[in-house]
Amino acid sequence: MLYALSTCQWCHKTKVLLEELGIAFDYEYVDLLEGKEQDSAMDSVERWNPSGSFPTLVIDNKRAIVGFREQEIREALAA
Amino acid sequence: MNVPEITEMAIDAGYRTLKADAEKNGYRLNPDEEFVKNLIRGLLKNEQRYGYRACPCRLASGKKEEDLDIICPCDYRDADIEEHGTCYCALYVNEAIASGKQKVAPIPERRPPRSERGKYPAVKIVSTTAMPVFPLPVWRCRVCGYLCAREQPPGVCPICKASKERFERFV
Repeated sequence: MLYALSTCQWCHKTKVLLEELGIAFDYEYVDLLEGKEQDSAMDSVERWNPSGSFPTLVIDNKRAIVGFREQEIREALAA
Repeated sequence: MNVPEITEMAIDAGYRTLKADAEKNGYRLNPDEEFVKNLIRGLLKNEQRYGYRACPCRLASGKKEEDLDIICPCDYRDADIEEHGTCYCALYVNEAIASGKQKVAPIPERRPPRSERGKYPAVKIVSTTAMPVFPLPVWRCRVCGYLCAREQPPGVCPICKASKERFERFV
Protein backbone atom coordinates (compact mmCIF):
# COMPACT_ATOMS: atom_id res chain seq x y z
CA MET A 1 0.00 0.00 0.00
CA LEU A 2 1.43 3.36 -1.02
CA TYR A 3 0.28 6.41 0.90
CA ALA A 4 1.08 9.46 -1.18
CA LEU A 5 0.20 13.05 -2.00
CA SER A 6 -0.96 13.93 -5.49
CA THR A 7 1.31 17.00 -5.56
CA CYS A 8 4.50 15.46 -4.14
CA GLN A 9 7.33 14.64 -6.55
CA TRP A 10 9.03 12.06 -4.30
CA CYS A 11 5.66 10.29 -4.09
CA HIS A 12 5.42 10.43 -7.86
CA LYS A 13 8.88 8.91 -8.26
CA THR A 14 7.98 6.14 -5.83
CA LYS A 15 4.81 5.31 -7.74
CA VAL A 16 6.68 5.29 -11.06
CA LEU A 17 9.31 2.95 -9.57
CA LEU A 18 6.65 0.50 -8.35
CA GLU A 19 5.03 0.56 -11.78
CA GLU A 20 8.41 -0.06 -13.42
CA LEU A 21 9.03 -3.00 -11.12
CA GLY A 22 5.70 -4.44 -12.19
CA ILE A 23 4.50 -4.73 -8.60
CA ALA A 24 0.78 -4.98 -7.88
CA PHE A 25 -0.01 -2.24 -5.39
CA ASP A 26 -2.78 -0.03 -4.09
CA TYR A 27 -2.24 3.63 -3.53
CA GLU A 28 -4.06 6.42 -1.83
CA TYR A 29 -3.60 10.13 -2.49
CA VAL A 30 -4.30 11.28 1.03
CA ASP A 31 -4.59 14.95 0.04
CA LEU A 32 -7.53 14.09 -2.18
CA LEU A 33 -9.47 12.52 0.70
CA GLU A 34 -11.65 14.63 2.94
CA GLY A 35 -12.75 14.74 6.56
CA LYS A 36 -12.94 11.40 8.36
CA GLU A 37 -11.54 9.49 5.40
CA GLN A 38 -8.42 11.63 5.45
CA ASP A 39 -8.10 11.34 9.26
CA SER A 40 -8.33 7.59 9.11
CA ALA A 41 -5.76 7.41 6.31
CA MET A 42 -3.44 9.61 8.41
CA ASP A 43 -3.92 7.29 11.38
CA SER A 44 -2.81 4.38 9.20
CA VAL A 45 0.21 6.31 7.92
CA GLU A 46 1.24 7.25 11.47
CA ARG A 47 0.97 3.64 12.68
CA TRP A 48 3.79 2.81 10.25
CA ASN A 49 5.53 6.14 10.20
CA PRO A 50 5.04 8.32 13.29
CA SER A 51 6.22 11.45 11.47
CA GLY A 52 3.20 11.11 9.17
CA SER A 53 5.25 12.02 6.11
CA PHE A 54 4.90 10.98 2.47
CA PRO A 55 5.46 8.76 0.65
CA THR A 56 4.92 5.92 3.11
CA LEU A 57 5.09 2.53 1.44
CA VAL A 58 3.68 -0.36 3.48
CA ILE A 59 4.83 -3.72 2.19
CA ASP A 60 2.61 -6.75 2.86
CA ASN A 61 1.41 -5.17 6.09
CA LYS A 62 4.81 -6.09 7.54
CA ARG A 63 7.16 -3.19 7.09
CA ALA A 64 7.21 0.36 5.87
CA ILE A 65 9.66 2.36 3.81
CA VAL A 66 9.42 6.10 4.30
CA GLY A 67 10.47 8.38 1.48
CA PHE A 68 11.73 7.59 -2.00
CA ARG A 69 14.50 5.21 -0.92
CA GLU A 70 14.99 3.64 -4.28
CA GLN A 71 17.60 1.05 -3.34
CA GLU A 72 15.72 -0.02 -0.24
CA ILE A 73 12.46 -0.35 -2.14
CA ARG A 74 14.11 -2.38 -4.90
CA GLU A 75 15.72 -4.72 -2.37
CA ALA A 76 12.60 -5.14 -0.28
CA LEU A 77 10.51 -6.00 -3.32
CA ALA A 78 13.09 -8.28 -4.90
CA ALA A 79 13.02 -10.55 -1.86
CA MET B 1 -16.89 21.24 -8.54
CA ASN B 2 -15.37 22.75 -11.64
CA VAL B 3 -11.76 23.60 -10.98
CA PRO B 4 -9.86 25.47 -13.67
CA GLU B 5 -6.97 23.56 -15.18
CA ILE B 6 -3.47 24.69 -14.21
CA THR B 7 -1.97 25.61 -17.56
CA GLU B 8 1.59 25.07 -18.77
CA MET B 9 1.72 28.82 -19.25
CA ALA B 10 0.95 29.46 -15.58
CA ILE B 11 3.59 26.90 -14.58
CA ASP B 12 6.21 28.46 -16.86
CA ALA B 13 5.43 31.92 -15.49
CA GLY B 14 5.59 30.57 -11.91
CA TYR B 15 8.91 28.93 -12.69
CA ARG B 16 10.47 32.11 -14.06
CA THR B 17 9.30 34.20 -11.10
CA LEU B 18 10.41 31.65 -8.51
CA LYS B 19 13.82 31.19 -10.12
CA ALA B 20 14.43 34.94 -10.41
CA ASP B 21 13.31 35.54 -6.80
CA ALA B 22 15.41 32.66 -5.51
CA GLU B 23 18.56 33.79 -7.23
CA LYS B 24 18.07 37.41 -6.25
CA ASN B 25 17.89 36.31 -2.61
CA GLY B 26 20.83 33.92 -2.65
CA TYR B 27 18.90 30.67 -3.05
CA ARG B 28 19.11 28.07 -5.82
CA LEU B 29 16.43 25.92 -7.40
CA ASN B 30 16.89 22.25 -8.23
CA PRO B 31 18.59 22.11 -11.67
CA ASP B 32 16.06 19.48 -12.81
CA GLU B 33 13.62 21.85 -14.49
CA GLU B 34 10.90 19.27 -15.04
CA PHE B 35 10.99 18.23 -11.38
CA VAL B 36 10.73 21.88 -10.31
CA LYS B 37 7.86 22.56 -12.70
CA ASN B 38 5.95 19.60 -11.29
CA LEU B 39 6.43 21.05 -7.82
CA ILE B 40 5.20 24.42 -9.07
CA ARG B 41 2.13 22.68 -10.45
CA GLY B 42 1.60 21.34 -6.92
CA LEU B 43 2.08 24.78 -5.38
CA LEU B 44 -0.44 26.31 -7.79
CA LYS B 45 -2.81 23.42 -7.10
CA ASN B 46 -2.53 24.07 -3.37
CA GLU B 47 -3.06 27.78 -3.89
CA GLN B 48 -6.25 26.87 -5.72
CA ARG B 49 -7.36 24.38 -3.07
CA TYR B 50 -6.40 26.22 0.10
CA GLY B 51 -5.79 29.83 -0.90
CA TYR B 52 -2.07 29.69 -0.12
CA ARG B 53 0.95 27.87 -1.47
CA ALA B 54 1.22 25.03 1.00
CA CYS B 55 4.18 22.67 0.56
CA PRO B 56 3.33 20.11 -2.16
CA CYS B 57 5.15 17.36 -0.25
CA ARG B 58 3.27 17.72 3.02
CA LEU B 59 -0.38 17.30 3.89
CA ALA B 60 -1.93 20.71 4.48
CA SER B 61 -4.80 21.00 6.92
CA GLY B 62 -6.51 23.70 4.92
CA LYS B 63 -6.50 25.94 7.98
CA LYS B 64 -3.99 28.68 7.29
CA GLU B 65 -3.00 29.26 10.90
CA GLU B 66 -2.03 25.57 11.21
CA ASP B 67 -0.18 25.57 7.92
CA LEU B 68 1.83 28.80 8.21
CA ASP B 69 5.05 26.86 8.81
CA ILE B 70 4.65 24.92 5.55
CA ILE B 71 3.74 27.77 3.23
CA CYS B 72 6.49 27.72 0.62
CA PRO B 73 9.22 28.70 1.34
CA CYS B 74 8.64 26.81 4.58
CA ASP B 75 10.14 27.51 8.01
CA TYR B 76 12.37 24.44 7.60
CA ARG B 77 13.98 25.27 4.26
CA ASP B 78 17.14 27.00 5.45
CA ALA B 79 17.97 24.44 8.12
CA ASP B 80 17.38 21.59 5.67
CA ILE B 81 19.53 23.16 2.95
CA GLU B 82 22.23 23.69 5.55
CA GLU B 83 22.10 20.13 6.89
CA HIS B 84 21.06 18.08 3.86
CA GLY B 85 21.72 20.29 0.85
CA THR B 86 18.08 20.54 -0.14
CA CYS B 87 14.70 21.52 1.23
CA TYR B 88 12.19 18.75 1.98
CA CYS B 89 10.69 18.80 -1.55
CA ALA B 90 14.07 19.34 -3.25
CA LEU B 91 12.73 22.53 -4.76
CA TYR B 92 15.51 24.63 -3.21
CA VAL B 93 19.01 23.18 -3.16
CA ASN B 94 22.55 24.21 -2.23
CA GLU B 95 25.19 25.38 -4.65
CA ALA B 96 26.80 21.93 -5.01
CA ILE B 97 23.53 20.38 -6.17
CA ALA B 98 22.54 23.39 -8.28
CA SER B 99 25.82 23.18 -10.18
CA GLY B 100 25.54 19.42 -10.66
CA LYS B 101 28.47 18.52 -8.39
CA GLN B 102 26.28 16.65 -5.94
CA LYS B 103 23.19 14.51 -6.48
CA VAL B 104 19.86 15.36 -4.94
CA ALA B 105 18.33 12.79 -2.58
CA PRO B 106 15.27 12.65 -0.33
CA ILE B 107 15.76 13.92 3.21
CA PRO B 108 14.02 13.25 6.54
CA GLU B 109 11.03 15.33 7.67
CA ARG B 110 11.93 18.14 10.06
CA ARG B 111 8.38 19.32 10.73
CA PRO B 112 7.04 17.91 14.00
CA PRO B 113 4.40 15.16 13.66
CA ARG B 114 0.67 16.04 13.93
CA SER B 115 0.49 15.15 17.61
CA GLU B 116 3.38 17.44 18.59
CA ARG B 117 2.44 20.33 16.41
CA GLY B 118 1.48 23.34 18.45
CA LYS B 119 -0.24 26.41 17.25
CA TYR B 120 2.07 28.79 15.51
CA PRO B 121 3.54 30.75 18.42
CA ALA B 122 2.77 34.44 18.05
CA VAL B 123 4.96 35.43 20.94
CA LYS B 124 7.91 33.46 22.18
CA ILE B 125 9.89 34.56 25.19
CA VAL B 126 13.47 33.80 24.35
CA SER B 127 15.04 34.84 27.61
CA THR B 128 13.82 36.39 30.80
CA THR B 129 17.13 37.33 32.32
CA ALA B 130 19.97 39.61 31.32
CA MET B 131 18.01 40.91 28.38
CA PRO B 132 18.34 44.64 27.93
CA VAL B 133 15.11 46.55 27.59
CA PHE B 134 14.75 47.79 24.03
CA PRO B 135 12.61 50.76 23.09
CA LEU B 136 10.93 48.63 20.40
CA PRO B 137 10.05 44.97 20.02
CA VAL B 138 12.27 42.90 17.72
CA TRP B 139 10.54 40.72 15.12
CA ARG B 140 12.05 37.70 13.43
CA CYS B 141 11.07 36.29 10.04
CA ARG B 142 10.68 32.54 10.55
CA VAL B 143 11.50 31.88 6.92
CA CYS B 144 14.84 33.66 6.53
CA GLY B 145 15.75 34.94 10.01
CA TYR B 146 15.57 38.65 9.13
CA LEU B 147 15.31 40.79 12.28
CA CYS B 148 13.86 44.24 12.63
CA ALA B 149 12.99 46.50 15.53
CA ARG B 150 9.66 48.26 15.07
CA GLU B 151 6.18 48.43 16.57
CA GLN B 152 4.79 45.84 14.15
CA PRO B 153 6.42 43.34 11.82
CA PRO B 154 6.60 44.54 8.22
CA GLY B 155 3.73 43.62 5.90
CA VAL B 156 6.17 41.67 3.76
CA CYS B 157 9.67 40.52 4.69
CA PRO B 158 12.04 42.81 2.75
CA ILE B 159 14.51 39.95 2.37
CA CYS B 160 12.50 36.88 1.44
CA LYS B 161 9.04 38.37 0.79
CA ALA B 162 7.34 36.17 3.41
CA SER B 163 4.07 37.68 4.66
CA LYS B 164 3.59 39.50 7.96
CA GLU B 165 2.07 36.47 9.71
CA ARG B 166 5.32 34.52 9.27
CA PHE B 167 7.04 36.84 11.77
CA GLU B 168 7.46 36.03 15.45
CA ARG B 169 8.28 38.30 18.36
CA PHE B 170 11.97 37.66 19.00
CA VAL B 171 12.79 40.13 21.78
